[in-house]
Amino acid sequence: MISQIEDRLYLENVSAGYNGQKALDELTFQVPHGGQVAVVGPNGAGKSTLFKVLVGLLPLRSGRILIHGLPLGEHKDCVAYVPQRSEVDWRFPVTVMDVVMMSRYKRQGWLGRPTRQDRQAVQRAMEQMGIAALADRPIGDLSGGQQQRVFLARALAQEPHILLMDEPFTGVDVATQEATLALLEQLKAQQVTVLVSTHDLNMAAQRFEQVLLLNRRLIAYGPPSEALTTDLIQQAFSGRVMFVDNIAVVDECCPPPGG
Amino acid sequence: MLEWLITPLGYTFMQRGLLASLIVGVVCAVFGCYVVLRGMAFLGDALAHAILPGIAIAYLLQGNLTLGALVAAIVVALLIGLFSRQGAIREDTAIGILFAAALSLGVALISSIRTYAVDLSHILFGNVLGISSSDLWLAGGLGVLVLASVFLLYKPFLVISFDPVLAATLRWRAELLRNLLLILLALTIVISLQTVGVGLVASMLVTPAATAYLLTRRLPAMMLLSALLGAFSSLTGLYLSYYVNIASGAAVVLTATACFLLAFLFAPGRGMIWQWLNRKPAK
Repeated sequence: MISQIEDRLYLENVSAGYNGQKALDELTFQVPHGGQVAVVGPNGAGKSTLFKVLVGLLPLRSGRILIHGLPLGEHKDCVAYVPQRSEVDWRFPVTVMDVVMMSRYKRQGWLGRPTRQDRQAVQRAMEQMGIAALADRPIGDLSGGQQQRVFLARALAQEPHILLMDEPFTGVDVATQEATLALLEQLKAQQVTVLVSTHDLNMAAQRFEQVLLLNRRLIAYGPPSEALTTDLIQQAFSGRVMFVDNIAVVDECCPPPGG
Repeated sequence: MLEWLITPLGYTFMQRGLLASLIVGVVCAVFGCYVVLRGMAFLGDALAHAILPGIAIAYLLQGNLTLGALVAAIVVALLIGLFSRQGAIREDTAIGILFAAALSLGVALISSIRTYAVDLSHILFGNVLGISSSDLWLAGGLGVLVLASVFLLYKPFLVISFDPVLAATLRWRAELLRNLLLILLALTIVISLQTVGVGLVASMLVTPAATAYLLTRRLPAMMLLSALLGAFSSLTGLYLSYYVNIASGAAVVLTATACFLLAFLFAPGRGMIWQWLNRKPAK
């Protein structure tokens, strides 16, 4: 069946990297309108690189990326990004409200004041992520999970078409994990396309319809039952022992290791 | 007390000096907030030294020294941006290379000029009491330009400093904004040359902003407090220099440092004493 509307996100032979090293090699895949994809792979597999390419932070070596059928950059602020917690300078003098309001800067322009609409979007996003009471606190005072929710709220208030989340399940408390998953459910209803990078094979298998297995090049892309077979996982992770537990857990949908 | 404050104002050189110090103190302190938050202290220090060849060349050509400094600072700022762009080499490495090269070029040029010794010490440590009224106008004009840029570009500068990835998703020209910050830094340094000199300008950029950082929780408040501290240090330093008869640049910097030490010890929440008093018993 040929879909009537353009795929929301379309990558063709995308290569990118830093200083001569190729971190992504000839990546081709597409995500339909409102799709939710777990991007899985070992450290250094190019998960963060993929996201940086998608937000336009890293130039393409070759290939092309289309969003709604148009090249990257044609659309203003329709891609939102939730950074890894380690990438943020938590000592920066900004409050929770300041950070969430940043998502509206593009709409306001460089000199514009926040409109009522901006304030409402920010307030809604903070309430939804359970951080409204912390609005005036400096971000450095928050717990790890609360910090993560600040950035989730910011992404929400940006009202994006495509949301990229870099390792949102790493190093956060269970409440924040649940809040993140609840948010994913809601975004699905709103037809927001979501890419989530994670180490957690179990999470990818149980909570996502589509899994993209990555190790510089595309190893597999499809529903967990197809993309997370023992063979493919071993191919992507090249038999790293630290993932043994996870492989055991995802056995439910894969043939048992070693036959 | 009032007389103590007013007496020095009877001299034109003191009036000009106070005005120049005030401009430099405020501009450095406000822009210094970005220097502190973005970790550009080394860059600021390097830029200040890199100005030397520009001044030497201007001197040799008998042109305006401030103009020479301005051109040199902007050229070096943009070269640093170019060298570290795309991560070919780390930014601090690029700074180290250009800083030493420009300083060497400056020293080489200056060593060829016999009569330069006195002016050189003024460049290194400032000579606020010898400032001319045209230099004062230039400092005022550039100062307004820097402050206006910081005010008008508050949002983009905040975002590229706090979260460059968001700047990219908003499709803001991060490269352009970064270069603009470098140019503004260069301008700030040039106007500081007359008052605190090449050797001490880094302190004016960093110290009041760092003090304000310890005492505030939001960037606008940090900038405002930093500006007040910069102005206070400049004025106090200049009066100290008048009455105790010490070099004005050094007096300004030492005043700013004293403020920092007080904040470092006593700031609520972040000060050493406060943390010591409020420490939790070991688990």
